[in-house]
Amino acid sequence: MTLTASESPAPPRPVPPPARRGSARRAWQTFSPYAYLAPFFTLFAAFGLFPLIYTAFVSLYRVELQTPGEMEWRGLGNYTALFGDEYFWTSLRNTFTIGVLSTVPQLVMALGLAHLLNYRMRGRTFLRTAVLLPYATSVAAATLVFAQLFGRDFGLVNYALGLVGIDPVDWQNGTVASQIAVSTVVIWRWTGYNALIYLAGMQSIPHELYEAAAMDGASRWRQFFHVTLPGLRPTIVFTVIVSTIGATQLFGEPLLLEGSISGGISHQYQTLGLYMYEQGWGFFHLGRAAAIAWVMLLLIVVIVGANALIARRRSRKEAGR
Amino acid sequence: MTAPTAPAATPAPTGPTDPATTPPAPVRARVPRRGARRAGRTLHAGPLAYAILIVAVLFSAFPFYWTIVAASRSNADLAKVPPALLPGPNLIKNFEAVLEEADIGKALLNSLIVSGSITLGTVLCCTLAGFAFAKLRFRGRGALLAITVGTMMIPPQLGVIPLFMLIAELGWVNQLQAVILPGLVSAFGVFFMRQYLTQALPDELIEAARVDGASTARIFWSIVVPIARPGMAVLGLLTFMAAWNDFFWPVVALTSSEPTVQVALRQLGGGYVHDQSVIMAGTLLGTLPVLLVFGLLGRQIVGGIMQGAVKG
Repeated sequence: MTLTASESPAPPRPVPPPARRGSARRAWQTFSPYAYLAPFFTLFAAFGLFPLIYTAFVSLYRVELQTPGEMEWRGLGNYTALFGDEYFWTSLRNTFTIGVLSTVPQLVMALGLAHLLNYRMRGRTFLRTAVLLPYATSVAAATLVFAQLFGRDFGLVNYALGLVGIDPVDWQNGTVASQIAVSTVVIWRWTGYNALIYLAGMQSIPHELYEAAAMDGASRWRQFFHVTLPGLRPTIVFTVIVSTIGATQLFGEPLLLEGSISGGISHQYQTLGLYMYEQGWGFFHLGRAAAIAWVMLLLIVVIVGANALIARRRSRKEAGR
Repeated sequence: MTAPTAPAATPAPTGPTDPATTPPAPVRARVPRRGARRAGRTLHAGPLAYAILIVAVLFSAFPFYWTIVAASRSNADLAKVPPALLPGPNLIKNFEAVLEEADIGKALLNSLIVSGSITLGTVLCCTLAGFAFAKLRFRGRGALLAITVGTMMIPPQLGVIPLFMLIAELGWVNQLQAVILPGLVSAFGVFFMRQYLTQALPDELIEAARVDGASTARIFWSIVVPIARPGMAVLGLLTFMAAWNDFFWPVVALTSSEPTVQVALRQLGGGYVHDQSVIMAGTLLGTLPVLLVFGLLGRQIVGGIMQGAVKG
C-alpha cells in the first residue's frame, strides 16, 4: 500500500484544461496519467492489496468475529494451534485429493474436446457455446443440482447405477465417493471453459507444421503428440496453474453438497477453503482463519513456482536438444 | 510471487507461438473463422467426432434439463423409484413457495444492483487505467503494472479476513456496498484493456488529436472510448457473469436479510428447506438471468474467453 501511495501521489482532480497555455498545461500532461490510474489504484490499494498483506499481520493476533476491532498479540500461536489440529491436516489432504480428482480428468477431457472442436464441421459455433454453458452457472446453483442428482436414496445417479446392477453409493458419507461428487461439480463447470482455451491455443499453431508432419508420413495420433501437444505447452502450463489455484481455494462445492460447514460428518470432504470459513465464521476465530489463508497462499506460491520451474526446465531441455 | 508467475501467466493463450501472425482480433469480439482456417488444422470431422461431441453437449446440458424437471415436480415425485424424467405441472407453485421462503425476489433485485454496479464501475476503472498503461508515458509505469499483473493470480479469497474487519469497522456488514466496492477491483480487467488498447488504438490517432490541442481527458472520451467499446463489452460480459456468480465474499459479507442470489441459494441449501423441488425452483430462478445473457451473447463470451480470459 505504501508503495502505491508513493508511486502515485494524490493526483489533481481532472479539472477542465486551463485556458492558459504553457506551464499549467504541461503540468496537466505530466500528472494526468495518474488521474487515469487513481480510481483503480485507490480501490485496488484499499480492497485488494491491503487485505492480502494485512492477512499476514492478522494471523499473528487473536481476533474474534464478534469484536473484530480488538486484537491481542499471539505470535505464532495461531499457527501452532493450526498444526496441532487434526482437521487441518484432514482438510489439507482433502484439498490435495479433490484437487487431483477434479483437475486431471478436467484438463485431459478438455484437451480431447478441444481437439474435436478444432475439426471443420457443421454447427461449430453452437457446439462451442453449448460446451461452455456450465460456465454460466454459479457454484451454488451447480452444486445444489448435483447434490440432488447424487442423493443417496432417490438420486438419479444411484438410480442409473442400479440399472446396470451397481449397489447405491453413499455420495455424502463415503470419503472417496463424496470427494468424487465434489470433483464432478468442478469438472462439469470448467471442462468446456478449458477446452476453449486449448482450442484457442491449437488455432495458433502454424499450419505448416502439420503439413510438414503429414509429408513425413506422421499419422493423426503422431501429429497430435508431436505437433499439437508441444505447440500447446504454454497454454497447458497456464491452465494447470489456474486450475490448481482454483482447486486450492475450493469452497462452494464442498459447502453446498450437504450444506455443512465441516465438510461432512467426519470432515471427509472438507477443503482448506471450507476449513478457513469454519474457523472464521463458524467458530469466530478470525486470527486462526487468517493463518489458514496465509498457509493457502504459501501453498499456491509453491505450486505455481514448481510449475513454472518444471515448464522452464523442460523448454530449456528441448531447446538444447 | 511476481517473478515465477509472470512468464507462465501471460494470459494470451491465443498467440503463444506467433503473436505477429495471429493477433487476438481486437476489433471484432468473435473468433475470426478465416484465421481459424489458415492457422491450426482443418480436418473434417468424422461420425465418431460428432458422436463424442454430442455426448459432451448432453453432459453439459443435462443438469439444466434436470433442474427444470425437478423444479416442476413435487417432492413426492422426486422420491419415486423409477424417477420422473419429464417436466411436471408444479413449476409455478414451486416458484411461489421459493419466493416466499427464501426471498428470491429481493435476492434477484440485489444481485442485479450489485452485478450492474460492479460491471459499470469495473469497465470504467479498467478502461481508464488500461488506457494509461497502454498509451501514456509516466514515472513508475513499469512498477505499477508489475504490481497489478503480479496480484492477478492471487485469489482475493485469501484477503477476506482483513476485508471483513475493514467493512465491520466501516459498519457495512450486510450492506450492498460491502460487496460492490471490493468487486470493482479487477487486475485482470486492467490487463485485458491494456492489451486491447495497445493493439486497437493507433498512436498516430492520439498524436494527431494532441497536435489539434485536445486535452488528455478529451482524447479519452472522444477517441479512446469509441475504439475501446468492443473490448469494454467483452470485459463487461465476463465481469457481469463473474459478479452474478460470486459466492465466497457475498456469503461472508451479507446475511439472509439482505441476500444476493448466491447467498439465498446457500441458505436454500443450508438444510432448513427440505422440499427438493422448491430448492430446484430457487436454483432455476437464480440461474435464469445469466442463462439469458449467455443465450443472447454466448458467441461474444466464447470469443472473449478464447482471446485469453482468466477465471474470476
